[in-house]
Amino acid sequence: MPASSSRTDKGGRLTRWLVTLPPALFLVVFFLIPALIMAAASFREPGEFGGLAPLAERGLSLDAYRFIFDDVIYAWIFAKSFAVAGLTTLLCLVLAYPLAVLIVRSPKRQRDLFVLLVILPFASNFLIRIYAWMIILGPLDLLYRPVAVIIGMVYVHLPFMILPLYTNLEKHDPALLEAAQDLGASKWTRFWRVTWPLSLPGVLSGAALVFIPVLGMFAVPELLGGTGDLLIGNLIKEQFLDNRDWPLGAALSLVLTVVVLAVAGVSSALTRSRGQP
Amino acid sequence: MALLEIRKITRRFGKLEAVKDVSLDIEAGEFFTLLGPSGCGKTTILRMIAGFDEPDEGEILLDGSPLAGTPPEKRPVHTVFQSYALFPHLTVAGNIAFPLEMAGRSRDEIRRRTGETLALVHLEDKGDAFPHELSGGQKQRVALARGLVNKPRLLLLDEPLGALDAKLRERMQGELIALQREVGVTFVFVTHAQQEALALSHRIAVMNEGRIEQLDVPEVLYSSPKNRFVADFIGTINLIAADVVESTRHGLRLSAPGLGEIAAPALMQAKSGTHGTLAIRPEHLRISPHAERAELKNHFAGIIGEYLYLGDVTVYKVRLDNGLLIEALATNAGPGRARFHEIGNRVSVEWRHDAGVFLQN
Repeated sequence: MPASSSRTDKGGRLTRWLVTLPPALFLVVFFLIPALIMAAASFREPGEFGGLAPLAERGLSLDAYRFIFDDVIYAWIFAKSFAVAGLTTLLCLVLAYPLAVLIVRSPKRQRDLFVLLVILPFASNFLIRIYAWMIILGPLDLLYRPVAVIIGMVYVHLPFMILPLYTNLEKHDPALLEAAQDLGASKWTRFWRVTWPLSLPGVLSGAALVFIPVLGMFAVPELLGGTGDLLIGNLIKEQFLDNRDWPLGAALSLVLTVVVLAVAGVSSALTRSRGQP
Repeated sequence: MALLEIRKITRRFGKLEAVKDVSLDIEAGEFFTLLGPSGCGKTTILRMIAGFDEPDEGEILLDGSPLAGTPPEKRPVHTVFQSYALFPHLTVAGNIAFPLEMAGRSRDEIRRRTGETLALVHLEDKGDAFPHELSGGQKQRVALARGLVNKPRLLLLDEPLGALDAKLRERMQGELIALQREVGVTFVFVTHAQQEALALSHRIAVMNEGRIEQLDVPEVLYSSPKNRFVADFIGTINLIAADVVESTRHGLRLSAPGLGEIAAPALMQAKSGTHGTLAIRPEHLRISPHAERAELKNHFAGIIGEYLYLGDVTVYKVRLDNGLLIEALATNAGPGRARFHEIGNRVSVEWRHDAGVFLQN
């Protein structure tokens, strides 16, 4: 008996390896190694005509980080990017919540249609949709203004807020609202005391799905925003393509990654601490 | 004046009449049960009392004033839901405090009454637990506590024991009776389990297809069902088709095809020639091993077909000579196995002349 069970154990382990190895390999080659290259690059010196200066000649340095933390403009752009990401997340939440509630309350067949409509925009290219917004916002005299950036950001990220909210709200037991009503709760109280707290995991995952990509987004501010609407994403892109200062770009990316991971960590800790199964 | 008066209410869903012209009064302090098979309209009545539904015709009065137009949150009526519907994001204490918070009670009062109610349902140590950490019986008690804490005029219970296993169910029945006696709140209980209804209720309304078939105390429903539905739905009963031969003040003389004459208790409305059914409970029948020497007036020979040994009692199925299958119940309290009958034994099934009820067709 022990012999045969260890054999199946071995078989199971082999299957597990075969299943996990290809994606793990892919991630190592195309994510982990490039990330390490970026991290390493952030401690090098820029080359004269872009790229990196030879390691033997210039060695390692903290110049890029010193540069970021010395110049207040970087802190300002980080803060602005966080403000834009926060505002976008809030607007997405305010717009998506009623919509998600509406979808959940509609009959089953319409519900599937509504969900399809939410994800339908993904069928056309992201840049084309942004160009379409330029055509819409131009005549309204809103183009190249901060408000255009916010509109574009909200538009692009709205589905990422609607879908987690919908998935969460769909699981709510309607009997809970009936129970709350039965026990004396008015319509608003029912929402704030039952629906809203139960939907918090959906709100938080939606917020993470909006907040984090907005932080790194450079296409929307570049196309819809004015010259003053630079965000971190644009800054990073400029270091690599225009300024040819790879170490600075790499360092900015790394700082952003650390901040985003901190935000994600706080958000998941918040979800867990609510004592829900 | 009754606490709750239901006056001629009818509720239609499309073409279906879920509740048809139902009237009943529920007194303060009563444990009242609506009993019936699924789809009989009992839950619809409960929802109309709670305010989640309104009757199409008729009215419901609480303390003499009509409830129509008052939304559920404004009715002094709380419900214990079949699924319990405990708030998963609130602790046990938070769930119980909810109705008090809705009523705008002071913080001190909320704390005090939550504590008292937790003690009432024996969950003092579970106040900080979340519902998903509780067993089925504990969830049930939290649901009861939440329904009772704000002292509603009426507590509605929608099949609250349905999700529990048999043993726990029996224990909760006992707790429910004790709880109702202790708090004195009027309970309106909905169930399809007839034994549960008999065990718990002061009065029971037996419902079928949207109507009340019979409304009475459990003893009367069991011993004197008014019609075949009630007789059949509550408990086990033998139904023997018979015609009235003679009807007097002292009793009925019936004639059953293939069996012969049966003596039955008097029924004023029965005239000779009336077709009907004699309904008789298995525990009123006696099985005697001596087919020839019968002691009681009604006695019919038959053969033991099969039996179910249940420990305290044995249920025998006896095939009478006319082909009728009849169920008889014998307690196993007798000495030894003297009263034990084997399959295939020829026996006599007997009952007293005043046992059973004659139901006119």
